[in-house]
Amino acid sequence: MTTDVAVEMITVVIDGFEVTVPKGTLIIRAAEKLGIQIPRFCDHPLLAPAGACRQCLVDVEINGRAFPKPQASCTIPVEPNMIVKTQLTSPVAEKAQKGIMELLLINHPLDCPVCDKGGECPLQNQAMSTGRSESRFTGVKRTFEKPINISSQVLLDRERCVLCARCTRFSEQIAGDPFITLNERGALQQVGIYEKDPFDSYFSGNTVQICPVGALTGASYRFRARPFDLVSTPSACEHCASGCALRTDVRRGKTLRRLAGDDASVNEEWNCDKGRWAFKYLSSKERVSSPLIRGDDGELREASWPEALARVAAGLAGKKVGVLVGGRATVEDAYGYAKFARVTLGTNDIDFRSRPHTEEEAAFLASTVVGLKTTYADIDKADHVVLVNFEPEDESPIVFLRVYKQVRKRSLQVSTVAPFASRGSMKLNANVLSSFDQVSNLTEKSVVLVGERSAEVPGLLSAIAANTTAKIAWIPRRSGERGALLAGALGNVLPGGRPVSDASARIDVQTAWGVDSLPTELGRSTSQILHSLNTGEGLDAVVVGGVDPADISPDALGQLLNTFVVSLEISHSAITAIADVVLPVAAVTEKTGSFLDWEGRERRFDQAIEGPLITTRSDVRILSMIADEMKKPISLPSVASAARELASFGIWDGATVAKPTAPAAPHKNPTGNEAILTSWRQLIDLGSLQSGEDNLAATGRKAVAVISAKRAESIGVANGELVKVSNERGSVVVPVHVAQISDELVWLPRNSENSQTIVTFGAAEGCLVTVVKA
Amino acid sequence: MSKLSPVLSAHWDEADSFTLEAYRRNGGYQASKKALDMDPDAVIQLVKDSGLRGRGGAGFPTGMKWGFIPQNDGKDHYLVVNADESEPGTCKDMPLLMANPHSLIEGIIIGSYAIRANYAFIYLRGEVVHVFRRVQQAIEDAYAAGLLGKNINGKGFDLELVLHAGAGAYICGEETALLDSLEGFRGQPRLRPPFPAIAGLYARPTVVNNVESIASVPAIIANGTEWFQAMGTEKSKGFTLYSLSGHVKNPGQFEAPLGITLREILEMAGGMREGHELKFWTPGGSSTPMFTQEHLDVPLDYEGVGAAGSMLGTKALQIFDETTCVVRAVLRWTEFYKHESCGKCTPCREGTWWLVQALKELEAGRGTSDDLDKLLDIVDNIAGRSFCALADGAASPIVSSMKYFRGEYQRHLDLGSCPFDPIESTLFAGVKA
Repeated sequence: MTTDVAVEMITVVIDGFEVTVPKGTLIIRAAEKLGIQIPRFCDHPLLAPAGACRQCLVDVEINGRAFPKPQASCTIPVEPNMIVKTQLTSPVAEKAQKGIMELLLINHPLDCPVCDKGGECPLQNQAMSTGRSESRFTGVKRTFEKPINISSQVLLDRERCVLCARCTRFSEQIAGDPFITLNERGALQQVGIYEKDPFDSYFSGNTVQICPVGALTGASYRFRARPFDLVSTPSACEHCASGCALRTDVRRGKTLRRLAGDDASVNEEWNCDKGRWAFKYLSSKERVSSPLIRGDDGELREASWPEALARVAAGLAGKKVGVLVGGRATVEDAYGYAKFARVTLGTNDIDFRSRPHTEEEAAFLASTVVGLKTTYADIDKADHVVLVNFEPEDESPIVFLRVYKQVRKRSLQVSTVAPFASRGSMKLNANVLSSFDQVSNLTEKSVVLVGERSAEVPGLLSAIAANTTAKIAWIPRRSGERGALLAGALGNVLPGGRPVSDASARIDVQTAWGVDSLPTELGRSTSQILHSLNTGEGLDAVVVGGVDPADISPDALGQLLNTFVVSLEISHSAITAIADVVLPVAAVTEKTGSFLDWEGRERRFDQAIEGPLITTRSDVRILSMIADEMKKPISLPSVASAARELASFGIWDGATVAKPTAPAAPHKNPTGNEAILTSWRQLIDLGSLQSGEDNLAATGRKAVAVISAKRAESIGVANGELVKVSNERGSVVVPVHVAQISDELVWLPRNSENSQTIVTFGAAEGCLVTVVKA
Repeated sequence: MSKLSPVLSAHWDEADSFTLEAYRRNGGYQASKKALDMDPDAVIQLVKDSGLRGRGGAGFPTGMKWGFIPQNDGKDHYLVVNADESEPGTCKDMPLLMANPHSLIEGIIIGSYAIRANYAFIYLRGEVVHVFRRVQQAIEDAYAAGLLGKNINGKGFDLELVLHAGAGAYICGEETALLDSLEGFRGQPRLRPPFPAIAGLYARPTVVNNVESIASVPAIIANGTEWFQAMGTEKSKGFTLYSLSGHVKNPGQFEAPLGITLREILEMAGGMREGHELKFWTPGGSSTPMFTQEHLDVPLDYEGVGAAGSMLGTKALQIFDETTCVVRAVLRWTEFYKHESCGKCTPCREGTWWLVQALKELEAGRGTSDDLDKLLDIVDNIAGRSFCALADGAASPIVSSMKYFRGEYQRHLDLGSCPFDPIESTLFAGVKA
């Protein structure tokens, strides 16, 4: 890593040892560099110093002058000629620390045997290292009612709280959601919410993780396990493209919790509540637990692997087959699909986009995104961040945290091309622009973050691709898309961004794969694959890996009827309900693999659970078995072999696919009560990977229709009253939220309770709907 | 000759002393006129030269504090007056504001002009509604007279003065907690640095001064540094208000040169309650270590009191005679600190909770001399370990009372009860039901 400016280094003496650290380093962290651990509670390296717990008191002298009292080492930066004596060399510091520990414990319930934190508790650990074996306190402890909900998923046990204010500082400084605060004073001080308003934050779970005692606990994990019974595995989050490092904790083969992992260059030490708590789907009763074959009676029945594979091979033989890859495929699985389509099926009809998409987008991805190298660090250094059809708080929450950090730190300029200022945009103090044309003030230090919804606005990606000044990043919502693009799971590119249309690129791939030829015709997109089914001219079979048809269009499921469908799935779904053969695949905790986050950074993870053999095969392994059965092998018997083979390709350095040059669509002119629909997915919604986690679901933001004051007046509704939004296909009825939005627009959440735009209206963006008072 | 030096209190006995008219009649608002003709830096220098030190407790030189404000930095500056007088036993600022509010307003005009502040705030203890009304009226009168607002005295200096009522927390007398409270947050002390002079109110350079310090400025401007320095001692110049309370014949405010002794003040107050003798007293409120009879001749200035092992503090002289149980008095004070601990840091929050319980046991005569040592050890783990000085204040009465009256603590334990009749120390002692 390189730094832009030389950092001034300072040498200090701690317990007789010299250590040289950058200017501004706090004593407590300089000591860490020497391996000297000063006990602490309120200190957290990513939060502003508080100096509240006083546990880290040490003796300090500067230029031969000693401070008269021990100082909190978490608040004082090192200075030249500073001499620090910690508990190891100063009896005063040692006594001060012991005294503080004793005081911390007088009102603590010491209910470690029933506390979730017991076994991994900084208070417990430091009471052992710094406390006395018996308390001298014989008085009456302060008591509170045992846990109270501060949200549906976070519980607060005030008796255990040591009032370090880590949680409140996190909420204010990191998440920008100051919905918990310290109330009352003295020993009655407590963390609290405002009356009946819950702790409404997408990042609330981090407070549970950084709580140094058992005061904040997660409702779902409470009383489920002792830390020493858990087996922990470093993981990567499958929920979005932010790329969070996670830790998956398993007890007896069952995932009991997931924590944010540490990765300073990606998620620092945070994650979002979805990544933390949405994992019940892994152990759902709906999991597919055996290969299934649809019998002549139309019902699925269990089958052996050989029988199921034979049935797949027979069903696909001689057919023209399309491949739909789910957005959460690992890089290795996506590579398996990409190779399977070309080598075994002889087609480029493969697409990883199970969402609204266009040809323009395919060209944008192949031409502009494959080799993009914009990173989180570029956000840290940006002079201007532009969000284009991208709501980071909902669609890539760690990107939100990173931008917010810079907004807080140095008032980073943020612009957003969006219909209105969302709550996230307001926190970023973003300037709302109605189109990309209006973006100005871009330099080579600016960063344009392009959301996947940009594909829904014709011409927009072409305009962005033509931008030559700022750094661009494409941020899909799903964790698998960037990797699937690299793996070649798209109709116009082969692995490493090699254009299908480029003969030398094809030869590259042919050589690597040891095949005589590769299909040359550009592949169909997801919607083209679906539309061509059963038309006589097009495709007549499809292999589907983890796709929810409702994410694509309301017609998608119908298009899959009466065709041969092979479904590789973890759980029963709309696709398995109509599939001819269902093959169970491993979920993310049951396999190894990797994702590429939006930066293109590899996020490798290990298998966390030793599951039954039946469900521990990653997609790529099963595709390899099918290919063998079809006598057109892809020779990828393991995830590791797929990773190795893909890595051998490298990124294509020849001519790329041409940049898109699509024209903008003509402007629609709504009349009367008509409005143009716009929408995005909220972080916590009806997404299939969130199923089964009710505590999380209860914290989702409720569906509202956002309209302008003028429209509200013209249809006679006030804020909070119900409106009906409809077109010829269907309607939704939700409360209205009046905001500064174009009079022509109505915004709805895309996939929330009471508001699912794609299945209801047949489109999520740009279609005309009617808005009336309900 | 009286040892008093009435300046701020010179006209308190006039029926209309609090009015603008009376203040002007007695020469008021001449100093601010004079100051506004001076260069602001010259005003700061004059206050520096006078030797005026903060009257709120710590005794920091006022002019030096003003001089810390970075000038010509293009930022707004603020003057904030700390009128959150809450130290137990202290009653100097409130009477001053009741009887002579314009001395503060004039001092604010001068101070704001010197530090180039166009906004000033008075953070007034919220419980004293009568004082709030009086100061509010005085400010309105000053505005009406063109003494505040735009272009004061036609000198091109603008000053807006805001009176803010606190919500009743002792900690808000701590300057950074005061600033947080004034900004609308919970009053809890801030981490320093940055100090208020660099980033105070709304993160702008701010001077926080006690009422009496600011109110003393007009007289210094009007009469000059020599006049001021003629009063007081070598390093503690000028006059100040001592508030005398407790078992004395005539309690009240005594304005005298710094360095006067309690013996002299007691004489002026008519001595102790009839038939009783001095047992212990505080030089500057309960947060300053207590004194006994042996300290009657300690000069009550910053150095003198400090040399005798205490602090001048707010000059709240609380007098207790021999009928008072020192353990009970200390328990009462400790209950105050427990109630007022803001909760931010561990030693103060948890320590005061524990100390109250420990002292209750001792006052009831339960425990052994080991418990006295334990009490001192707990205090040792609190004092000097906390975020701000509140806990140091809480420790003072315990440590000092144990120093002078450990025997009395022990007597409680020997007897298994308190040897004192609390009625004897009250005003209604001896009155038959």
